[in-house]
Amino acid sequence: MPVNALTVVRAGALTTVQDLGRPGYAHLGVPRSGALDEPAHRLANRLVGNAARCATLETTVNGCALRTGAAVTFAVTGAPCPVRVDGRPGAWGAPVRAPAGAVVEVGPASAGLRSYLAFAGGVAVPPVLGSRSRDLLSGLGPEPLVDGASLPLGPVCGPPGAADAVPCAAPPTAELVLPLVPGPRDDWFTGDALRTLAGGGFRVSPASNRVGLRTEGPALRRAREGELPSEGVVLGAVQVPPDGRPVVFLADHPTTGGYPVVGVVPAPALAGAAQAVPGVAVRFVPVRG
Amino acid sequence: MTTPGPGRPRALPVGRDALLLEVGGPEEAQALHAELLRRRTAGDLPPVREIVPAARTVLLDGVADPRALAADLTRRAVPPLTTEGSAPVVLPVHYDGPDLAEVAALWGVAEDAVARIHSGCEFRVAFCGFSPGFGYLTGLPERLHVPRRATPRTAVPAGSLALAGPYTGVYPSASPGGWQLIGRTDTVLWDPDREPAALLSPGTRVRFEACP
Repeated sequence: MPVNALTVVRAGALTTVQDLGRPGYAHLGVPRSGALDEPAHRLANRLVGNAARCATLETTVNGCALRTGAAVTFAVTGAPCPVRVDGRPGAWGAPVRAPAGAVVEVGPASAGLRSYLAFAGGVAVPPVLGSRSRDLLSGLGPEPLVDGASLPLGPVCGPPGAADAVPCAAPPTAELVLPLVPGPRDDWFTGDALRTLAGGGFRVSPASNRVGLRTEGPALRRAREGELPSEGVVLGAVQVPPDGRPVVFLADHPTTGGYPVVGVVPAPALAGAAQAVPGVAVRFVPVRG
Repeated sequence: MTTPGPGRPRALPVGRDALLLEVGGPEEAQALHAELLRRRTAGDLPPVREIVPAARTVLLDGVADPRALAADLTRRAVPPLTTEGSAPVVLPVHYDGPDLAEVAALWGVAEDAVARIHSGCEFRVAFCGFSPGFGYLTGLPERLHVPRRATPRTAVPAGSLALAGPYTGVYPSASPGGWQLIGRTDTVLWDPDREPAALLSPGTRVRFEACP
């Protein structure tokens, strides 16, 4: 094992290696994947002096813990959470130095769902199709973390970034407001479907995952029946299955789909969707393309 | 977004940086996809992150000015698909699938005729999806189209050759599936460590060869 490898002490509920994903392969059925809260991923990398494309760890709900092989700088962003080095509190949203053999702990999220843990040099597992992201839909990329696993780190590429304040949106706790550009298949729904979307009667479903943010609430009514032949689907597409409950497609979404897409949430708004816990109210605000 | 001229694709807006081009059917979608690839190679298409063909559409994703591109693409006629180009990929197949008898009955032929009929057709990858490297192959005459199985299988082995509706497909990896299985190939269709990872991509011509 290389001296600068990490050992997983506590994998957490779901911790995956993520980077900016593998765009450019949708025509082969390969999802884009990548960090669900991309601004948080980029910030974590910046704080430790990494390029944006370096891989970080994306935790879910209850964090994770790793033992360092050598002294290393790390940073935690995304969902706010306790950060500890050998049990002693460390800063969230700032570079932290951990000595060799120390246990770096990311605690449970106090708000939001997903925290991002960047190490100087980045997690250097072998890339698949140019990306180290774990894609949970098609199973590409490194397996989710398991206790005892070892993760190599790459060579340190720059000094940690200094920051007085970190620009980071707070996770949506009361309501997730998502802008929505109608189309391409909004004409498959009745005229009041957009009003229903804007009405705010939806909640984040516990069935949400990296593939999609599922919702509970009123059903959107179809203006036309029948089946739509499968067609290409983009990140942020709001697909409506036969039960009428909108699903917002996130990073691991399938590249084609056969249910009509009523509108698209522009990518910058999806970081909020990545952090919305089950039960949070969801409102779609129609905007012009 | 834009009204097409006769024989031109219709453009539908998709968010802020994508558009969906819709045509009349699968043949036209394949022709449009081939034409878009030709234009991209010729430097006659603005930068685009993804070009995703499907049953009767082609999605262009990651476009700087989708409105301008839509106006341009709906103005120009799409030349019909030509069958020229590179040699087809040949996949050796054992025609011994569990649904062979059912497909033979649906076709009204003897079981051993299925291999001869199927391997006599020339196929083309219309589009991919379902799982990485899974191609939807067109080329089966309409009278040979078969319905999906009433109950999907929970496990279909990798390499299974399958039919559903107008499409033929080969499962690149083991997965659940509801298509009729007529055979299997040992050829690896999907290997992320190989370049290219997918043996079949949209536009690839394919022929099946019956193994003795």
